Amino acid sequence: MNKASIVIVGAGISGLSAAYNLAKAGMKDVVVIDKDYFTNGATGRCGAGVRQQWATKLNCILAKKSIEFFARANQELNYHKDIEFKQEGYLILATNEKEDLQFSKNVKLQNSIGIESEKLTIEEALKIVPHLNKDAFVSATFCKTDGHVNPFLMSEAYYLEAKRLGVQFYFFEEVKSIIVKDKTIYKVVTDKREILTDKVLNAAGGFAKEVGEMVGVDIPVFSENHEILVTEPTKPMQGPMVMSFSKNIYCQQVPHGSFLMGRSNPDAKPSHDISSSFEFLDEMALTVSDILPEVAKLRVIRTWGGSYNVSPDRQPIISDTLLVKGFYMACGFSGHGFMFAPITGELLREMILGQELDEYAKDLHIDRFKDNIATDYEHSVV
Amino acid sequence: MNKKDIIICRCEDITLADIHECLEMGYETFEDLKRILRVGMGPCQSQNCAHLIQTEIANYLKINREDVKLQKTRPLITGVVLKDIAKAKEQEDE
Repeated sequence: MNKASIVIVGAGISGLSAAYNLAKAGMKDVVVIDKDYFTNGATGRCGAGVRQQWATKLNCILAKKSIEFFARANQELNYHKDIEFKQEGYLILATNEKEDLQFSKNVKLQNSIGIESEKLTIEEALKIVPHLNKDAFVSATFCKTDGHVNPFLMSEAYYLEAKRLGVQFYFFEEVKSIIVKDKTIYKVVTDKREILTDKVLNAAGGFAKEVGEMVGVDIPVFSENHEILVTEPTKPMQGPMVMSFSKNIYCQQVPHGSFLMGRSNPDAKPSHDISSSFEFLDEMALTVSDILPEVAKLRVIRTWGGSYNVSPDRQPIISDTLLVKGFYMACGFSGHGFMFAPITGELLREMILGQELDEYAKDLHIDRFKDNIATDYEHSVV
Repeated sequence: MNKKDIIICRCEDITLADIHECLEMGYETFEDLKRILRVGMGPCQSQNCAHLIQTEIANYLKINREDVKLQKTRPLITGVVLKDIAKAKEQEDE
């Protein structure tokens, strides 16, 4: 029978980052299993933005450390192509007084841990994105080191380097059950093989809850469809991601030239649905016509959906559990697993190899939801 | 003819050499190739390249062409200007 020192469920960005970090630290026999094609899940469906402008300290720290990695990723991962890290900022619009006040607080928090965000007036924002509708917002925040990374190529960079370090990947193979003996991981059963192992990492993205159920661990997350569209490519016309929480939009021109934009559906129910709807297209078209009328002149060529795996406080769960020894999880990223992936992999490496975790990272533990202990809630989410 | 001079995907300027290189790296489905090379992501949504790539995959894997799955078809059928969609929605709501 096959043996592994760890089986990682899911070859999305979190699983890839963890596999790379573990192999680089010297772990042998790392196995990654994915039920479908390369980046079939949330990673390959995400909006490709990477930002540090958050409302909770925890998310700010995770984001800052991850941005630092993206800047050196091509080199560290010996990637023969380019992950397309573009640092032209995120411009986040405040559309009312309440948001304006909150954003001042956010910037103060971000600055306190070294994130270079700043508050901007309407005039200052228009200098950065001249085609903004000046009547659609009251102020903005900007962080010039935020930006874009290509999710497919970032994944490939991790994947190829992990393979070179000896990680074994099985695509189009589904984990069917995980056998636990004496409260310890014992075996992983897929539709093609059985693998003896005493460690499993649940990096199953939209299906993290189901993988938790396989070992009797109730993870308080649910999946929700978030839709997105892409336009035809055009000349470079917008540097930063433009975002508004109150107007429910994010919109960025990627290096390829096309615009990606998305919004959340306030009526979405927890499910694994990832289909496209005409309602999304209507609402998205209305919102972008209001805020960015120049961008609305472009043709939309494709729409799709993907799962947010949402946690109770909209912050990730990167954790082990007392219930099952050897069971680890990285889930509940609430739409931000791609941009937090570098630090996710590093923290998992520390946790799985029994190294001392940084103090802040202890707040990512699943037990923070026990007994309704109050945690910071992340409001800066589309 | 040089494989580098044979364009397979006109939207994204992808050559036969690019396709073969990816196949040899282990990306053996249309969905994999799409994500690495952007084939099928351009304005034509793979109307031009789909069957060419299907043939290349079939030849590489030595299987029948009809056994090679094409990419998932996603909306829209053709490109539509966002502002026109917004206008139609506003008229509908009036």
